[in-house]
Amino acid sequence: MKRKWTLLAFIFTIVTVLTGCEPLLVLDPKGPQAATTANVIWISIITMAVIVIVVIVMLTNMLLKYRASKQPDDYEPPHIKGNPIVEGIIVGVPILIVAFLSVVSVISTYQVEATPEGYEDQEPLVIYASSSNWKWHFSYPEQDIETVNYLFLPTNQAIEFRLYSHGTISSFWIPQLAGQKYAMADMVNTLHVVADVPGEYIGRNANFNGEGFAENKFNVTAMPQEEFDQWVDDIQATAEPITEEIFDELIEPGHLGQMTFTGTHLDFAPAPEGENGGHNHGSPADSDEDNSEQEQETGYNESDHHNH
Amino acid sequence: MEFFERFAIPHPSPMIYASMVAIGLVTIAIIVGISYFKKWGYLWNEWLTTTDHKRIGIMYIISALLMLFRGGADAVMMRLQTAVPENTFLDAQHYNEVFTTHGVVMIFFMAMAFIIGLMNYIIPLQIGARDVAFPRLNALSFWLYFAGAMLFNISFVIGGSPDAGWTNYYPLASTDFSTSVGVNYYNWALQISGIGTLMSGINFITTIIKMRAPGMTLMKMPMFVWSALITNIIIVFAFPVLTIALLMGTFDRQFGTFFFASENGGMDMMWANLFWIWGHPEVYILILPAFGIYSQIIATFSERNLYGYTSMVVSMVAISLLSFLVWVHHFFTMGHDAMTNSIFSITTMAIAVPTGIKIFNWLLTMWKGKIRFTTPMLYSIAFIPLFTIGGVTGVMLAIASADYQYHNTMFLVAHFHNVIIPGVVFAMIAGLIYWWPKMFGFMLNEKIGKWAFWFIVVGFCFSFFPMYITGLDGQARRMYTYSEATGFGPLSMLSFFGASLLAAGFAIIVYNIYYSFRNAPRNIGDDPWNARSLEWATHNPVPEYNFAVTPEVVSSEALWDAKKRGHNLFKDKIEKIHMPNNTGWPIIMAGLFFVFGFSFVFFIWAGVILSGLAILGCMAYRSFEKDDGRYISVEEIKETEDKFGGANE
Repeated sequence: MKRKWTLLAFIFTIVTVLTGCEPLLVLDPKGPQAATTANVIWISIITMAVIVIVVIVMLTNMLLKYRASKQPDDYEPPHIKGNPIVEGIIVGVPILIVAFLSVVSVISTYQVEATPEGYEDQEPLVIYASSSNWKWHFSYPEQDIETVNYLFLPTNQAIEFRLYSHGTISSFWIPQLAGQKYAMADMVNTLHVVADVPGEYIGRNANFNGEGFAENKFNVTAMPQEEFDQWVDDIQATAEPITEEIFDELIEPGHLGQMTFTGTHLDFAPAPEGENGGHNHGSPADSDEDNSEQEQETGYNESDHHNH
Repeated sequence: MEFFERFAIPHPSPMIYASMVAIGLVTIAIIVGISYFKKWGYLWNEWLTTTDHKRIGIMYIISALLMLFRGGADAVMMRLQTAVPENTFLDAQHYNEVFTTHGVVMIFFMAMAFIIGLMNYIIPLQIGARDVAFPRLNALSFWLYFAGAMLFNISFVIGGSPDAGWTNYYPLASTDFSTSVGVNYYNWALQISGIGTLMSGINFITTIIKMRAPGMTLMKMPMFVWSALITNIIIVFAFPVLTIALLMGTFDRQFGTFFFASENGGMDMMWANLFWIWGHPEVYILILPAFGIYSQIIATFSERNLYGYTSMVVSMVAISLLSFLVWVHHFFTMGHDAMTNSIFSITTMAIAVPTGIKIFNWLLTMWKGKIRFTTPMLYSIAFIPLFTIGGVTGVMLAIASADYQYHNTMFLVAHFHNVIIPGVVFAMIAGLIYWWPKMFGFMLNEKIGKWAFWFIVVGFCFSFFPMYITGLDGQARRMYTYSEATGFGPLSMLSFFGASLLAAGFAIIVYNIYYSFRNAPRNIGDDPWNARSLEWATHNPVPEYNFAVTPEVVSSEALWDAKKRGHNLFKDKIEKIHMPNNTGWPIIMAGLFFVFGFSFVFFIWAGVILSGLAILGCMAYRSFEKDDGRYISVEEIKETEDKFGGANE
């Protein structure tokens, strides 16, 4: 027994030393969505710790009290069938715990799937985040700019990410701002995010998508609105426009550094939503040319919709 | 030349060439060895053509152990690669192949084979039967599994391993992104062994429903039999989904269809759904027999009856139903609305209730017992807290909003290893040690066994607990490397250390088998553990016909009642026993399936057609074959029984 406790103490020390220096990313939220998930995680860790402790205490008790060496040689364990009260407890208590956590789960799931509380009145900033092997392309249709592998966000501003992929399934994840969501080629997923602390955060693709997966990450910088506007103006003044040829090269498999363009690829390569969705089986005669025309329309509508 | 180029490995490395040489040398050594000792006849007559459920069970277990070492080697390579930041031991492609094969080998060819092996050996004995319902089909099941396993295992030296993860998500697994033949191997190896598994499922359901000893009503079956019955029902419902999904994948990759493509009306999400509609029940296919084994072991070594037998059965039935209602929790992040995710979140958490009942029933089985700390019992005791930790982290993952943060991270990896290793692997080891004397007539050394136990338990904790932390720190799974700045280094090193202890633990088990084979006494009697259920009422090792006389049973603890209350289990006289004949057709047919699969992987249509016709030919031949089995005479039975001391007379 003593050896076991020494071992446990040893593990505990190592864990605290190793993790004590910096808080774990997921539990160090910088926005309301990640704060919600962090709270839920803490609630569940504490609830579950109670169960683990109860089981370990019961087990230890059984092992210490009913080990053969503690019993007389002629002790014959009784035949015990079961007891409705005991079985009521071992069914009832878990049901209560699960019911409690179900409520937590449902409420928090609805929360992270909506614009965070307090930001409902804001017009959200729409950013298309699309992945290609093994890069992220960020299109800001309202600002009419596009970046590769880095993301600038205004703080205290509701942001609506529209996620999709130019190939494999990837998963868009900025642990300190919100949980992840898949980006797929045949539909657009929405992720609601707010950053309320300026700073630099790590973002990555969390879903395995082949050889370049480990390096499939991006940098996120959250900054006050004025700085963000300044950044947009700088890009409009300095960056080259993105063209179909450039974009086709960008989405070839490989790795790229950070890049900046004016315009967005949505103008000529629309996101798979609305009539461009992968599951829109409307007209079989759809050709690529048709698609891009429709897409341009959608693109303009999009920006009209968000004009302040 | 073009024809032969397809067999080349797309990403060769010195390690793969070394493996090729090693495989070649070992094959030659085995062939030379068998020829030198003139064992070909023995091997063919006694093992390769056998229809005896016990020998088939042992062959399953040997194959499972081999696959455990294959998958274990993959695991150690992964931990070694990620032990330090920016390591260059494996490159990205090689790492991807290694974790893909690790997952496939461990789930399909190790865990599945191990549980089916133990079921094969133990179930007929526990229900007092002479064999399974369809002995010949049983042999075919095994050989199809074996053909599938071998097909999968040659992939890394011929043509290249699959590299899209064991979950094999499309479009990554499509020919657009996975260009080698690796995923073809995945499709065909799993298809062939999956057919075998489906047949096993049908076979065991029939056996358990139809062949129980007189007096053994459903509610008097030992708990392992109950778990096997429910498991096999799940197999029969779940595996056809995998069969179809694999077939659709094959069509996509080899005939240019678009089932799982993201264009032309295909749907990549459909693969994920089909895969997990099979995949989540699969989790319970693995864990329920483990629960059954723990129920037997804990009752035996607490010297008590299993607490709450009825609630154990009811909870397993509940788990089996719920297991088909939770698959979406494997991809909460795929973009369903909050309503869908909430529903699947609740169904998932609901499974915690019946599972909790079982945990408390095991604890209450120890209550007022007389606990003996044998090696199988140590694994069962370690299982309870470790599996509880794995279970509660499962509940944490079931909370959809929080899952957005755990999904695809090392936290998830830690969770499922935390249920599969203490849950399934510990049960397989414990069951193997517990039933070892039943199979081979001698005990494994307890002292060495306990050393292995401590290495494995401590190694497990060091390997996987650090992953919970790095997962919460943002470490995605399946990354072949990471930068030093992430801070994952020290904990990953700890994890590698744990993996080394695990490897050492398994090596000690192998040594224990060798040591005990050389040194253990053979005169252990019929009931070395002072056990409770029917399988211990016959001899060790079990004679070919299992029971000289069919036992008559009055409770789920038939042997215990016989011992304590003086029931006579064997009332009848010895009569001649009807047994199935050996047959070479199952292994031949599985060999043809192997050729069929291999040819299909490489688009060798002549091979596909010829082997396909030959398979149909085998089936046609079987339809007209007359084989009424054979009888073991009364004299022969008496002679055998006398050798064992005539305990049943």
